[in-house]
Amino acid sequence: MLHTFVALVEDKPGVLTRVASLFRRLNINIVSLTVGRSEKPGTSRMTIVSEASPSAGHRIMASLYKLENILQVDDIGQHSSVSRELALIKVAATPKTRSHIFELAEVFRARIVDLAPESLMIEITGVESKIEGLIQVLNESEDKILEISRTGRMVMRRGQHTSRVLDAMRVAGVETESITETPEQIAEEVDLPQ
Amino acid sequence: MSQSKDPAIPSNCTRLTGSEIMWATLEGEGVREVFGYPGGAILPAYDALRKFPIRHILVRHEQGAAHMADGYARATGKVGVAIATSGPGATNLVTGIATAMMDSIPMLCITGQVSSKVLGTDAFQEVDITGVTLPVTKHNYLVTRAEDVAPVIREALMVAKSGRPGPVLVDITKDAQQATAEFDFAAAAPRPHRPHPMLRAESEEVLKAAEMIRAAKKPVILAGHGVIKSEAREQVIALAERLQIPVASTLLGLGGFPASHPLSLGMMGMHGEAWVNQAIQQSDLLIACGMRFDDRVTGSLATYAVHAKKIHIEIDPAEINKNVKVDVALIGDLADVLETLLPHLAARKSSAWVREVNAMKGECAVRDIQNLPDTGHLYAAHVMHDLWHATGGKAIVTTDVGQHQMWEAQYYKHEEPRTLITSGGLGTMGFALPAGIGAKIGQPDKEVWVIAGDGGFQMTAAELSTIVQENLDINIAIVNNGYLGMVRQWQEFFYDKNYESSPILSPDFVKLAEAHGIPGVTVRTRAEVLPSVKAARERKGPFLINFMVEKEDSVYPMIPAGSALHEMIRRPDHNPLIETAQDA
Repeated sequence: MLHTFVALVEDKPGVLTRVASLFRRLNINIVSLTVGRSEKPGTSRMTIVSEASPSAGHRIMASLYKLENILQVDDIGQHSSVSRELALIKVAATPKTRSHIFELAEVFRARIVDLAPESLMIEITGVESKIEGLIQVLNESEDKILEISRTGRMVMRRGQHTSRVLDAMRVAGVETESITETPEQIAEEVDLPQ
Repeated sequence: MSQSKDPAIPSNCTRLTGSEIMWATLEGEGVREVFGYPGGAILPAYDALRKFPIRHILVRHEQGAAHMADGYARATGKVGVAIATSGPGATNLVTGIATAMMDSIPMLCITGQVSSKVLGTDAFQEVDITGVTLPVTKHNYLVTRAEDVAPVIREALMVAKSGRPGPVLVDITKDAQQATAEFDFAAAAPRPHRPHPMLRAESEEVLKAAEMIRAAKKPVILAGHGVIKSEAREQVIALAERLQIPVASTLLGLGGFPASHPLSLGMMGMHGEAWVNQAIQQSDLLIACGMRFDDRVTGSLATYAVHAKKIHIEIDPAEINKNVKVDVALIGDLADVLETLLPHLAARKSSAWVREVNAMKGECAVRDIQNLPDTGHLYAAHVMHDLWHATGGKAIVTTDVGQHQMWEAQYYKHEEPRTLITSGGLGTMGFALPAGIGAKIGQPDKEVWVIAGDGGFQMTAAELSTIVQENLDINIAIVNNGYLGMVRQWQEFFYDKNYESSPILSPDFVKLAEAHGIPGVTVRTRAEVLPSVKAARERKGPFLINFMVEKEDSVYPMIPAGSALHEMIRRPDHNPLIETAQDA
């Protein structure tokens, strides 16, 4: 199964290697890893998605904490969270074949960020399934995908909602902790094209 | 290293070179002995050494320096320090670092590195040692500025000894050693160490463990290396005595629980005595104290103690449920956890289980091999037994890896913690001699015996010269059977006696010792064992005994790798030594 960890780490040379080396040593494949500066000076936040047995989560988290440069680790698991990925997709398209790609982009709330005589570039943000969806539709409509670059999943836990917010989200009377939808389901409600 | 004090050099606004800062920081941290070997990239540091009250032990190979620092740490509980130059000096440390990592030994390795300006250019004797050692260190650092030397060394020492200890490497570029910076020991103090946030020994879990212990009919305590590291001997004895629980030890746990204690079972696992492994297999509750269920301890996991519930007391959360699934995990320092657990347990008078386990030992347990008829053959077991007898079980014994290591574990009964120093996890041949030197430097008043096989001894024999140069009183026993004994044993059992590359030619070890100015004697019969040991002990200074033992003897009992703990290979009937339980 996929395990998602969000780690706050020191922003120093070699920290990424230490994290990656830990997964390599455990013979666990990293599916995606995103890293960038966090809100605290001198620290970065990583989202690490890995494919491992369901019971491996504890050991990975315990091992991550053994790295001196790791400040905090969160095993997202089924906690209520927001998940996003950004993808750039270059598609072969001439002036004649462009228009239906524009339509697709509209439906997926993607943006065209570059236009060349032979190709165009789509920028899409969302949960992975939404990006997979656009790629699949492009493939099915026989558009030639020239290049795909994806950031991998970034995940952040949802905040503690007040009851007014929950009312607005039409889950009145339900405590935040008891929201049972998976992050994907919540994300779908909010973001996916209908 | 708890009594840190400010170094002799006044710390207020003193401008020193990185090299001087390095030694001053070590001095301030209480380091008085280091093991090392100079070379180009660490020469500035060596140039500054004479100004500081630190004894430098010159080794013959950097692997020796790492094992010495390791042996020093195991014998004293302090952080051992090894120093090497860049490139080959640094890579030669790696086996020693990996050895320390596997056995959780607090160690600091300082290596010289090429100047920061040429880092990454394949400069002469450049190697990316922080990259090389990343998976075998607890942490490592590259220092390129003199002002970082003090804070990094202080933090490295703290990391090495905190939590689950381990080796830490600090790589200091030559220009950082040469540049100057303000030195302020106090200001370089590290932030308090972040405890592992997954430590957990909540009262609820403690109560659950206590309930399980009270309900158990056939409990066994598994005493690991953590008993020694956490200095939890008293608490483990209290737990065992209060509830009459027999105690089995791991190899590295030997000495943690006194061998002569009536509840002591001895070593568990692959070469553990039959009754120890049978007690574990029949147990209904295992209380694992500071151990990690290594494969050499469990045999086949599928058949390991299937009737037993398991309580795991361990400082490293990553060890919980790694090999053996446990029912209750108390994650924290062993002594602390046992302190919170003990008040919940009332004393139990007698235990049918202890009588049952004692019955398993049978008469074999009380049979002294010394009383067995002398057939004219010299067996390694004789040597270990007589050595134990002659030294009263009080010597610090360092061993290599293989048959002699297991015989030592079986027949040398360790009463005190830190008296058995052996490479358990990594199984490093060539460990005994340098580790013995480190132990002697750390514990100069203790009797130290190095026990090695004829194969392993040749791996690091060059350190004989170090013994002489440092004028150390270390006794060496070589268990010489003309084979890489454990390899031969595996070939006998599992490879149709195809003794490929296991017969090994050795020099005349006595002459080799004499070439170093160390007297020695070759022993071929049982009758000569005690007199030779006596001679070694009475002589001030080093002494070497070359014990020519039975060539094709094997260590029994043996659990083949991956087999169930109770399916052991017993000693064959024709063998004159029938001293292990259930073997007869």
